[in-house]
Amino acid sequence: MGKGKTVIEKIWETHVVHSQKEKPDLIYIDQHLVHEVTSPQAFEGLRLKDRRVRRPDLTYATMDHNVPTRNREVIKDEVSKTQMETLRRNCEEFGITLADMHHPDQGIVHVIGPQLGLTQPGKTIVCGDSHTSTHGAFGALAFGIGTSEVEHVLATQTLMQSRPKTMNVKVNGNLPAGVTAKDLILAIISKFGVKFGTGHVIEYTGEAIRNLSMEGRMTVCNMSIEGGARAGLISPDETTVEFLRGREYVPKGEAFDRKAAEWLELASDEDAEYDMTLEIDAEEVEPQVSWGTNPSMVVPISGMTPSVDSVDNKDEVSRALQYMGLEENQPITSIEVDHVFIGSCTNSRLPDLVNAANIVKGHKVKDGVRAIVVPGSFSVKLQAEELGIDEIFKDAGFEWRESGCSMCLAMNDDVVPAGGRCASTSNRNFEGRQGSGSRTHLVSPEMAAVAAIEGSFTDVRKFQAGVPS
Amino acid sequence: MEAIKEHTGKVFPLDRSNVDTDQIIPKQFLKRVERTGFGQFVFHNWRFDDDGNPKPDFELDSPRYNDASILIAGENFGCGSSREHAPWALLDFGFKVIIAPSFADIFYNNAFKNGIILIKADEGQIAEWMEQAKDGTFHLHVDLEDQTISDDGKRLPFDIPSYHKEKLLNGWDDIALTLLLDDKIREYEEKQAARA
Repeated sequence: MGKGKTVIEKIWETHVVHSQKEKPDLIYIDQHLVHEVTSPQAFEGLRLKDRRVRRPDLTYATMDHNVPTRNREVIKDEVSKTQMETLRRNCEEFGITLADMHHPDQGIVHVIGPQLGLTQPGKTIVCGDSHTSTHGAFGALAFGIGTSEVEHVLATQTLMQSRPKTMNVKVNGNLPAGVTAKDLILAIISKFGVKFGTGHVIEYTGEAIRNLSMEGRMTVCNMSIEGGARAGLISPDETTVEFLRGREYVPKGEAFDRKAAEWLELASDEDAEYDMTLEIDAEEVEPQVSWGTNPSMVVPISGMTPSVDSVDNKDEVSRALQYMGLEENQPITSIEVDHVFIGSCTNSRLPDLVNAANIVKGHKVKDGVRAIVVPGSFSVKLQAEELGIDEIFKDAGFEWRESGCSMCLAMNDDVVPAGGRCASTSNRNFEGRQGSGSRTHLVSPEMAAVAAIEGSFTDVRKFQAGVPS
Repeated sequence: MEAIKEHTGKVFPLDRSNVDTDQIIPKQFLKRVERTGFGQFVFHNWRFDDDGNPKPDFELDSPRYNDASILIAGENFGCGSSREHAPWALLDFGFKVIIAPSFADIFYNNAFKNGIILIKADEGQIAEWMEQAKDGTFHLHVDLEDQTISDDGKRLPFDIPSYHKEKLLNGWDDIALTLLLDDKIREYEEKQAARA
């Protein structure tokens, strides 16, 4: 009796090039995305062995981690400049398309892939970047790899990978009004921890997931790695198809319809079985704020920091509280911020900016708070400007920047100073992530916008209802 | 990659869980375009304050550990960013073996590709070794061929995927191995092209 298959199994099985007993499968890679930080040593490796790039046509490069967001012409850091220049030379030498800092298609690699339609259901997609799981929102099997693997894909267009275990994260019901995809994924990691996904590819299912926009789905899949998963994805549906229709790299006309029909076939079968299933109720999710130094150290806005006595990992929690400059049992609403960052591959797409701007409209950034908005791509920035979003942010006192990874990891000039406290729409609150000694609180764009106005964490739903904080 | 069959070395205990690759090698050091020279920056923000002075509570630079080559750590070691700079930094600093209850997936692959032996051991055993390693004289011996790890008293078996073991023992280059399958890759590509 044949049983149904998950989207994960369907993609895997059609990409196995070669299988050997007791060895990982050799799988084919349909799309390789490249950026400046994790690729130079891979290209150098090719040169040393006199190897070529097997499929430059399946490889696409951009610059995002190091790029300046204030003035593209001023790169103060010589080493950053060298890294970007190295990517330009490598792409020229090996014949790879590059959206450089001044190119209209430039942006964060996980924003431009979907935007250009390079990201498609059923594809295997890799990039030397752990947030490659973002592309899973389209029903692609997308995962981050190291530089040795980048070199392996450049040289062979394949990877040796052990077959992943499958996990169903089922989100029952619908998210309440004012609660976002970001709150959902933070709640999932808070509930199940930073390593619940190890060895697995997660498929997110359930009503709440089906009702998310593609941008919301990308936010959820983006943070799969923060739960330790190898990848996270969502079965393709009509929402997926409509997002991709008309994009630059997808087929046009009838060919698109044929492709779309194939994509819909990839969705997990009703009777598919998973190695593991976890469930969460969407109705119970509130706006979330991280308090600690890993992405599972998260509580609802109505909550407080933990007491060390009440947890098993006492050393870890007390070290995190100390690093963050917080007390035990401290209400989240009592935490004041001096930085706000709206951006990153998690939350820098047009709806993210529109939703934050709707909160900001008619308000001012609190004195003493430095707030910046960094669109995910040049194209997102242009679209936002056409809608007048930039003016709303600027009128309120936000800085409106050029696209890039920016303050998510502070490899360029956008740094939170030591002791600074940032409400950030990014994905990692690790020690020093946004600058040495910086303190990061992960939130949704809406919650970040409110934090900029109030100077402290406030429930966006109360803020919108006019409840005094 | 250099072949490695066995290793004996001093143990440095890092009694922390969920050590992420941002801690192993902070982002300000990711800008080099070479694979070498990252060792001096390993665990930088835990080792040094903002003025570059050593922090006394982090003992990696204490003289009794200066020849340590085996790292013991808590669960989920190497989580977070996929940066291969993390294993490059650990290896360049002198670590040849890392022992933990569990490792994050991407780090696990990255480390093996650079010839670092990763060993998963149970938490109780790790706690015991962690304690013994506190005085800076504790050594372990790892025999990859036998898949055993031994201290003065006992010899314990460990699991390692056979393909990782084989590559470590032989110092094989992954890409060279895959290129031997070039006809399979070409066959796959032709089949795909015919389908489209």
